[in-house]
Amino acid sequence: MTAIAETAETAGGALAPRPGGGPVQAVRDSLVVAKRNLIRMLRIPEVVIFGLIQPIMFVVLFSYVFGGAIPVPGQHGNDPVVYRNYLMAGIFAQTVTFATAGAGAGIADDMHKGLIDRFRSLPMTRGAVLTGRTLADLVQTALTMLVLSVVALIVGWRIHDGFPKALAAFGLLLLLGYAFSWIGALIGLLVRTPEAATSGGLIWLFPLTFISNAFVPTSGMPAFLRTVADWNPFSATVQACRQLFGNPQGVTSHAWPMEHPVWASLLWSLLILLVFRTLAVRRYRSATA
Amino acid sequence: MPGAIHAEGLVKTFGDVRALDGVDLDVPEGTVLGLLGPNGAGKTTAVRVLTTLLKPDSGKAVVAGIDVLKHPNEVRRSIGLSGQFAAVDEYLTGRENLQMVGRLYQMTARAAKARAAELLERFNLAEAADRPAKTFSGGMRRRLDLAAALVVSPPVMFMDEPTTGLDPRNRQQLWEVIQELVAGGTTLLLTTQYLEEADHLAHDICVIDHGHVIARGTSDELKARTGGERVEVVVHERELLATATAALAGFSKGAPTVEEHTRRITVPVTGGAKLLAEIIRELDTRGIEIDDIGLRRPTLDDVFLSLTGHVAEAPANEAAEQQQAEEAAK
Repeated sequence: MTAIAETAETAGGALAPRPGGGPVQAVRDSLVVAKRNLIRMLRIPEVVIFGLIQPIMFVVLFSYVFGGAIPVPGQHGNDPVVYRNYLMAGIFAQTVTFATAGAGAGIADDMHKGLIDRFRSLPMTRGAVLTGRTLADLVQTALTMLVLSVVALIVGWRIHDGFPKALAAFGLLLLLGYAFSWIGALIGLLVRTPEAATSGGLIWLFPLTFISNAFVPTSGMPAFLRTVADWNPFSATVQACRQLFGNPQGVTSHAWPMEHPVWASLLWSLLILLVFRTLAVRRYRSATA
Repeated sequence: MPGAIHAEGLVKTFGDVRALDGVDLDVPEGTVLGLLGPNGAGKTTAVRVLTTLLKPDSGKAVVAGIDVLKHPNEVRRSIGLSGQFAAVDEYLTGRENLQMVGRLYQMTARAAKARAAELLERFNLAEAADRPAKTFSGGMRRRLDLAAALVVSPPVMFMDEPTTGLDPRNRQQLWEVIQELVAGGTTLLLTTQYLEEADHLAHDICVIDHGHVIARGTSDELKARTGGERVEVVVHERELLATATAALAGFSKGAPTVEEHTRRITVPVTGGAKLLAEIIRELDTRGIEIDDIGLRRPTLDDVFLSLTGHVAEAPANEAAEQQQAEEAAK
């Protein structure tokens, strides 16, 4: 084994910092894993493309099929363009949360194929496999947002309050999506197959995104549902985006998150991120394939 | 002095299943230990504990001089693991896979790149290096997986059923790689269900069943313990069976068995190869023409049967069974 033995020293000499690593190693490890996941996305473009088709379909369905039948309270007349402007923040927010399923399926697949075992046997930062995956999903989500914005502009959606505020809205959307992808990562570590992770990552998203202000104003909901919808983290982000985009907001309630949607969105997302990142990393440490 | 791999009293339970029930292991530096056992014996669990993937309920383990439970991350710098599955990313190319692993072993980008190129060459993967691993054959994936485990030339290697599911040609190739590795001074713990494999590769063998080590020693020691060296003679014509049996009686340590239809006589002996020469001379003197003669020692299959009371089972997936046990435990 000359080839292997000879290089033992050079390989050993190239070993960078000592175990434990610190933040520099954590960032580097996460980027190595993120790069790996981005390469995968390039090699399986179908996943990215299907991820784009769904929100575009929602835009078209809601704009043209339901749009004419859903009046936005507080707005004069029944102009479908008004509803489309109202709708778009909801579609954006729903789209970023769907990244949950991707992260979950990816992590479950890595578990299934024994890759998580390999990673866990390497002297790398503990959370880097999950951070790398969620960062790659964030890139994909940003790309999806870009394409979706163009489609939205085509059907008549407009930004009314200036570009910087719109950027802030996209920032909140991406933060929400990033936080949700950690829920997906945890699901991926808990289930046994990628298929289970996909459905497990999607099922609860439907009630979460529909019992909200995303598609219809909450004023028409029964009192109990309305309270749930008003305090739904998802609603806060939708409301914040409507404000920042200068889109119609309908009649909003006086619940705190609806009165201060930007703060509510920020706090909710950070809380979800903190809780689920902690749970997922803890689960990763003891994960068994 | 404790060996490169040293474990004492390892216990790991999954619910009611005691996957490891007080396992002691010691692998001296530069040697190969074959961990031999049927499905669900606890081989994979032992490897997972020693490679920091699983915390034992009790017991202690030291790998490359480092306490596995106290300093897992330092252990990870000194080990390579090649599991039952080829754990490579199938959408990454062979080169990308190895570079990624190198980076995660904390090598610099340049060192990881150089090392990847070197390993691809060494493992006959240079031509396919820039194709996604999913286009690789089973044997190529295994080699890539093994290469990934060798990125930092770890002093201690763990291989969990490295050749399960490989065809004979690929198995032979992998054996050669493993032998070269060990010749280079690597300490290796290898699990296998193939008795032939343990016989071929391992200096010492530990037979494990139901989480217990039930026997340990060299292949020869285990065979000697089972006893039963024997000489088999196949005579040229059936008519010769009687005279040949009589000629062999003087060497026999017990009753010879005669198979009429195969013209085969088997006699238990002690004395090994020297005796074989004497028997051949004797048969020759008496003018008995033979088609075949050989000294047969007990195979590890025989050893296994006499130790466990059941034959080694057909290879299947121990990990799947362990997983079921874990699920049942939840």
